Amino acid sequence: MSGPVLILGATSGMARAVARSFAEAGHPIQLAARDINRLDDDAADLRTRYGVDVTLHAFDALATGTHAAFFEGLDLPQIAICAVGAMGDQDQSAADPLGAAMVIRSNFEGPASILAHLANAMEARGSGTLVGISSVAGDRGRASNYVYGSAKAGFTAFLSGLRNRLARRGVHVVTVLPGFVRTAMTDGMDLPGPLTADPEEVGAAILKAVEKQKNIIYTRPIWRVVMAVIRNIPEPIFKKTSL
Amino acid sequence: MTRLGGWGRFPLAECNVVTARSEADVRAAIEAAPLIARGNGRAYGDAALNTDQTLDMTGMDRMLSFNDGVLVAEAGVLLGDIIHTFLPRGWFPWVTPGTKYVSLGGAIAADVHGKNHHLDGSFRSCVDWIDLMGPDGTVTRVTPSDDLYDWTIGGMGLTGVILRAQIRLRQVETAWISQETRALTSVQETLDAFEETQDVPYSVAWIDCSDGPHHGHSLLLLGRHARADELPGHWRPLEVRRKGKLPVPFGAPPFIFRGLWLRAMNGIYWRRGAKRAGTSLVNWDSYFYPLDALANWNRLYGRNGFLQFQCALPEETAAAGLKELMDTIAAAQTGSVLSVLKRFGPQSGHVSFPMPGYTLALDFPANERSLALMQTLDQITLAHGGRFYLAKDARMPEAVAKADPRAKAFAAMRKQAGLTEKFTSLQSERLGL
Ligand SMILES: Cc1cc2nc3c(=O)[nH]c(=O)nc-3n(C[C@H](O)[C@H](O)[C@H](O)COP(=O)(O)OP(=O)(O)OC[C@H]3O[C@@H](n4cnc5c(N)ncnc54)[C@H](O)[C@@H]3O)c2cc1C
Ligand SMILES: NC(=O)c1ccc[n+]([C@@H]2O[C@H](COP(=O)([O-])OP(=O)(O)OC[C@H]3O[C@@H](n4cnc5c(N)ncnc54)[C@H](OP(=O)(O)O)[C@@H]3O)[C@@H](O)[C@H]2O)c1
Repeated sequence: MSGPVLILGATSGMARAVARSFAEAGHPIQLAARDINRLDDDAADLRTRYGVDVTLHAFDALATGTHAAFFEGLDLPQIAICAVGAMGDQDQSAADPLGAAMVIRSNFEGPASILAHLANAMEARGSGTLVGISSVAGDRGRASNYVYGSAKAGFTAFLSGLRNRLARRGVHVVTVLPGFVRTAMTDGMDLPGPLTADPEEVGAAILKAVEKQKNIIYTRPIWRVVMAVIRNIPEPIFKKTSL
Repeated sequence: MTRLGGWGRFPLAECNVVTARSEADVRAAIEAAPLIARGNGRAYGDAALNTDQTLDMTGMDRMLSFNDGVLVAEAGVLLGDIIHTFLPRGWFPWVTPGTKYVSLGGAIAADVHGKNHHLDGSFRSCVDWIDLMGPDGTVTRVTPSDDLYDWTIGGMGLTGVILRAQIRLRQVETAWISQETRALTSVQETLDAFEETQDVPYSVAWIDCSDGPHHGHSLLLLGRHARADELPGHWRPLEVRRKGKLPVPFGAPPFIFRGLWLRAMNGIYWRRGAKRAGTSLVNWDSYFYPLDALANWNRLYGRNGFLQFQCALPEETAAAGLKELMDTIAAAQTGSVLSVLKRFGPQSGHVSFPMPGYTLALDFPANERSLALMQTLDQITLAHGGRFYLAKDARMPEAVAKADPRAKAFAAMRKQAGLTEKFTSLQSERLGL
């Protein structure tokens, strides 16, 4: 139960906390990010605190052509967690469809591509766990961030299908739907305290979800209720709200 | 903008809070606007507040290396994290304040003291070097041979942003403290007991400052790290558990601070302690951090927040000064739940708080009466040659701070080094530092 854990998008605030949770549980850690020079201190931190092995791997989610080769020089992990994402700026995304495409590719195409490769390799091996960090923003498109939200919706559906496909193949898929989390992505935003999680909470929740083979988790759990309400608002009313 | 305070939640100010997660973030912040670094917000007053820019350092919390008791870590790492990581391996902080929820940067910037100051000195004793980012964004590794080291340790973030540091931990055999409790009935008796127990590593007294029959009663708590052979055979000597914290409901009613209640509480505390006087084994967490068991206990003081007064008095005048302070507090009947007395050893650094003698710390609810009383306490302290702890201060007038010649020297040094424009806090502005 303590095989290597691959973390994609390892410079993310959430990913850092996730890495600590799994390292504390004794897993060796493979950190992957665009700029691996930024990972040296994080790797040192995991080694110093938990005494686990840590390796660094260059990875760009948008360079999908390189994903097949990404595995070379990497032991196939027992668990792979994708934290890659980019919120972009909704006003900019609305005005500039090319910019919007980058947001969509960063949140959907890139993460789906690398997880597809990992899924195939794990399926062939007959074991493994994949974790995709999507977002509650994908549960219903809203004017305030529908470009990001729609990409996350696509990613959520992708994870759901992957889980279905691999359910009898020894590979488990966890969908993580965070609400608000205090990371660089939300810096400067006025976040409502009770609905906002610290990255450490998310790290602990993901470790637990993997250990207990949960399918879909919301962090904080209250978001399951919040989103159920939002999803059920009739469209004629919903289209006039500003949520 | 965020409504921010210190641990005493007085004063509160609308601050632009920026989070630093890397050295590059700190550099960008320094370029952008004047700022003060903030650790975990455990200083009581306005030392870590700047309305333009308060730089939250808790995102820089990486431990970088550990070898044989020598730790290199980023400034935002909490002391509690260090304990949870290294106590199971037999290492404990060299010096620790009364809460483990302080950051490494905050411990250095305030040059915190523990119950072992009389033997081991302040936090400075364990700091080998500091990586400090100055006003132009360059990073200097300052060591004890540099003048800047002595201004930075105890300098309350006013010399730059501490990025990381190397500190030494102490080797221990167990996570337990062998504690001896003595119940004493007067200030003089308490001071005599402190003097007589100077070779005991840890000592602290809780002393009753109320105006009841227990005035001057104290419990002297003496401690040392227990050896493995002192524990019952089936105990695991270095086991460290993460304990939950009990929450405190928002805004307790202010009546709990009236003298009567306090007298009762202090009296009960003393009688319970007196009954248990003697030697016992106490878990590290309960011994060093009894208050940490209650999350947000600062909210007990209600919406208006609270103030802490902490002064140090030199050896020669300590007895007379303490008596006058305590009599004045009792007469004011504003009450003080926590009155803590400690012995201090030699002084170090250019601006650190401790001086050889005694330190007294008390909490007051934040209101006009307390503020007036504290002004009287200021004058008594000054008349006895004492000084004040900036980490606890939220309201001192500039003249009182500047009665300490070191404050004037610090202000001059800051000006000359071009630090005054870049690194400022509400406290440094109030005190003209
Ligand atoms: C319950 C309790 C008990 C306490 N007991 C003691 C005690 O026994 N002995 C004692 O000495 N103190 C004690 N204190 C005070 C506390 O130890 C100090 O205030 C300490 O500085 C708090 O650290 P922090 O990380 O919370 O810093 P903050 O409160 O956030 O900041 C304190 C100061 O440090 C500076 N600072 C913080 N981080 C940096 C950085 N990275 N670079 C530059 N400057 C920085 C800030 O600018 C500010 O001036 C106690 C406090 C509490 C709440
Ligand atoms: N914070 C929230 O409130 C919140 C809420 C719901 C969901 N989420 C999701 O949670 C995940 C983690 O986000 P976070 O909050 O931790 O924010 P973050 O710190 O901004 O993390 C985003 C991460 O994605 C990486 N990334 C972006 N594009 C990439 C690419 N092309 N290739 C490789 N990596 C790329 C970034 O790497 P670089 O450092 O190289 O840019 C960064 O590490 C994201 O998927 C986000 O959408 C966050």
